[in-house]
Amino acid sequence: MASIPADHEHFGAHHDDAHDHDHKPSFFARWFMSTNHKDIGTLYLIFAIFAGIIGGAVSGMMRAELAQPGIQYLGVFAQFLGEKNPSFDQQLHLWNVLITAHGLIMVFFMVMPAIIGGFGNWFVPIMIGAPDMAFPRMNNVSFWLTFSGFCSLMASAFFPGGTGNGAGTGWTVYAPLSTSGSVGPAVDFAIFSLHLAGAGSILGAVNFITTIFNMRAPGMTLHKMPLFVWSVLVTAFLLLLSLPVLAAAITMLLTDRNFGTTFFDAAGGGDPILYQHLFWFFGHPEVYIMILPGFGIISQIISTFSKKPVFGYLGMAYAMVAIGVVGFIVWAHHMYTTGLDVNTKMYFTAATMVIAVPTGIKIFSWIATMWGGSIEFKSPMVWAIGFIFLFTMGGVTGVVLANGGIDDNLQDTYYVVGHFHYVLSLGAVTSLFAGFYYWFPKMSGRWHSEFLSHLQFWVFFVGVNTIFFPMHFLGMQGMPRRYPDYAPAFEHWNKIASFGYEIMAVSIVIFLINIAYAFIAGRKAEGNYWGEGATTLEWTLSSPPPFHQFETLPVIEDGAHH
Amino acid sequence: MSLADTARLAGNAIRTLGLAAALSFAPAAMAATAAAPAPAVSASAAPAAAPAAEAAKAAPADGAYVPMKPTAGKGMPVDGGVTFQDQYSPTGKQALAMHDYILLPIIVAITFLVLVLLLVAMAKFNRRANPVASKTSHNTLIEVIWTLVPVLILVVIAVPSIRLLAQQYKPAPKGALTVKVTGYQWYWGYTYPDNGGFEVISNMLPDEEALKRGEPPQLGADARMVVPVGEPIRLQTTGSDVIHSFSVPSLWFKLDAVPGRINEKVLIVNEPGVYYGQCSELCGARHGYMPIVVEALPRPKFEAWVKAQGGTVGGAPAAAPAAAPAVTPAAATAPAAPAADASAAPAA
Repeated sequence: MASIPADHEHFGAHHDDAHDHDHKPSFFARWFMSTNHKDIGTLYLIFAIFAGIIGGAVSGMMRAELAQPGIQYLGVFAQFLGEKNPSFDQQLHLWNVLITAHGLIMVFFMVMPAIIGGFGNWFVPIMIGAPDMAFPRMNNVSFWLTFSGFCSLMASAFFPGGTGNGAGTGWTVYAPLSTSGSVGPAVDFAIFSLHLAGAGSILGAVNFITTIFNMRAPGMTLHKMPLFVWSVLVTAFLLLLSLPVLAAAITMLLTDRNFGTTFFDAAGGGDPILYQHLFWFFGHPEVYIMILPGFGIISQIISTFSKKPVFGYLGMAYAMVAIGVVGFIVWAHHMYTTGLDVNTKMYFTAATMVIAVPTGIKIFSWIATMWGGSIEFKSPMVWAIGFIFLFTMGGVTGVVLANGGIDDNLQDTYYVVGHFHYVLSLGAVTSLFAGFYYWFPKMSGRWHSEFLSHLQFWVFFVGVNTIFFPMHFLGMQGMPRRYPDYAPAFEHWNKIASFGYEIMAVSIVIFLINIAYAFIAGRKAEGNYWGEGATTLEWTLSSPPPFHQFETLPVIEDGAHH
Repeated sequence: MSLADTARLAGNAIRTLGLAAALSFAPAAMAATAAAPAPAVSASAAPAAAPAAEAAKAAPADGAYVPMKPTAGKGMPVDGGVTFQDQYSPTGKQALAMHDYILLPIIVAITFLVLVLLLVAMAKFNRRANPVASKTSHNTLIEVIWTLVPVLILVVIAVPSIRLLAQQYKPAPKGALTVKVTGYQWYWGYTYPDNGGFEVISNMLPDEEALKRGEPPQLGADARMVVPVGEPIRLQTTGSDVIHSFSVPSLWFKLDAVPGRINEKVLIVNEPGVYYGQCSELCGARHGYMPIVVEALPRPKFEAWVKAQGGTVGGAPAAAPAAAPAVTPAAATAPAAPAADASAAPAA
């Protein structure tokens, strides 16, 4: 394997504190020019919470509008956003802006920054026994690119985007709605936002791959790496291979919009469906990018609180690799109704269903890890068990949707919305909260309230199920996605879903109170506060870890195991 | 301006060629339609002969055709429904059966299996019940089992799934009726190239107008895509500006309408009726306001409708007048609609 120099100076990211490892830079230098993976991870987490609150507020606006048939609040929202006398069409356009913003914020500026930028930055170097990331300065560039992307997306809401202000194209930015269908700079801002966030993520992926391949402590072979590190490694490869395709696709959108090219315009020999192929070649790996690190977090937590090593470690690691590989060859199942050839549909049906196999291996291995264990129901474990159940529910509806012939009815209905919120809003986000409560005392040095964490879990669990389970009913009854208004027959379940949103919102308030409590009154956390089950390297350090850890590299013994 | 006013104004703006549906208030004419497809005959066969004839003069194109009243709960969503809509096409029935008898039981069983395993693990292997954790971390046999069993389950799903796809995409037989669906921002056009190439423009009805006509709000349209029942129809879709999607849940039919492309799929409607759908690909501001209404009629009634639109049947020349309003392409050129409404009312 790679030889690892024992001299810590090689990894001294900060020349200014190479001699005094407890010396921290001044406030501005520390938080705005940071090269410390833990500080950058913290920035990502704060940013993700902030963006998540905005994205969550947007979904609150949508659930308010959908609570009853007719248009009630869009006009008010439009005035609030600065349109003096919004016409009916401008109000409807605002709806499209809201769905677009919600999708882009939650995908690119909440889940990805939190799970890869936040937890990945914080714990990948520590878990492999490295002092920092391979390219600390580039790590900082990644964060600020992501942040700039968010600013560009926010700015887009205040520029004309066709019928009204803002980009109303949906997060998929399909041509020709996003080209000839949306006149004005808003969509350019949104596309540029994706460029920036994508560039940030590519740099991050390069950084993770290099770090994991070259900076593992002596004895930390690939097959001894904790599963969270494996999950980030696979995710980084997915990012590296898929994001350039997105960048190409949206660059072509930009030139179609501004420079008279016709990549996606049939009138000039282009093809709107080409854009969808390119987008989903990125977009499908993207959904695994959001969930794979969550898989890794759940594996760590289940193992810690069952006080057992992960069951079937190699199977778990290579199941993630398999999901990553197969994830690249199933993209057109997002396009079953676009007029694909029947043989193409058959292929994508079969290929998509294959993904259920490695996913099943993961679910069963988590349960087998719990089996025979001595389980302690601390808050991260409760969130993790909730994750397994909710993710299973999202997974099985995915098997239904995989069938091209069934999807002909469900495509673009609320069934799809229910499905992907079960795997993302209930899957990825649940794993985020699980990871947060697992590592928060480690990162901050202070305890959150376990009572509030448990309470938040139950309120969140009831809330999100009340929001998203009825969406399957709405979808089967035929309610299309991205509708601000609906036939009265759909009112019953929409009302219940909107009520569920209020419950879920309470759980977020509990979360924020819990953080505030920890910083105001939380007791100090020890180094290994979870006890004997917590065996990865971060538990050998103090809480919070020193500004620079592992200045003498730890040596992983042969017997030691993930 | 209040929101309600805004909505109403907007509704008026998109209200257009309401002629055909306006006549639904003349049940007598409907009775006549069944007996005689020719417009003139049906008009004179109505009980109140003189006013009916006048009405026929006012709107001669619609003399033989009266839009069918929708049946509550058929071809449309039902209040608080938790399942698929009832299916009225052969592939729809096949797909629904596959969902109900194969997919749903399997996914419910898997979900409960995982739930039960989790609950048992939590009950048996918590710290109190099992203070000392085992150190088992491998069991090749069980790992092989939980890899192979899902593979078998997927094969069980895949076989009927592939068969369903083959069924759905059987090409239309030679001589099948072709209907071309065009998605516009934000209304639908239905062209009948085999019947003289006329195009029916279909706009959403404002809620109060829909209720007045007995149509479900948000789903009713002023003109319908009328098709013959029980025979394969070659449905082609295309978009004129951005991508739309032609979708009718109760017929298990969804096909994107992409500008610059023509997509084709066979549609068979099993029984006469009115089937509602909505645009299913984000297409701009009024994406939610371009419903689809398919009306399936027995062949003779369908042919009468075609003639009433100014179309031809089997190469026969059109018997209808030149100015059939429903063929007017632009939504905005419909000042005649309210007037026709008024003139048609006394006839009923």
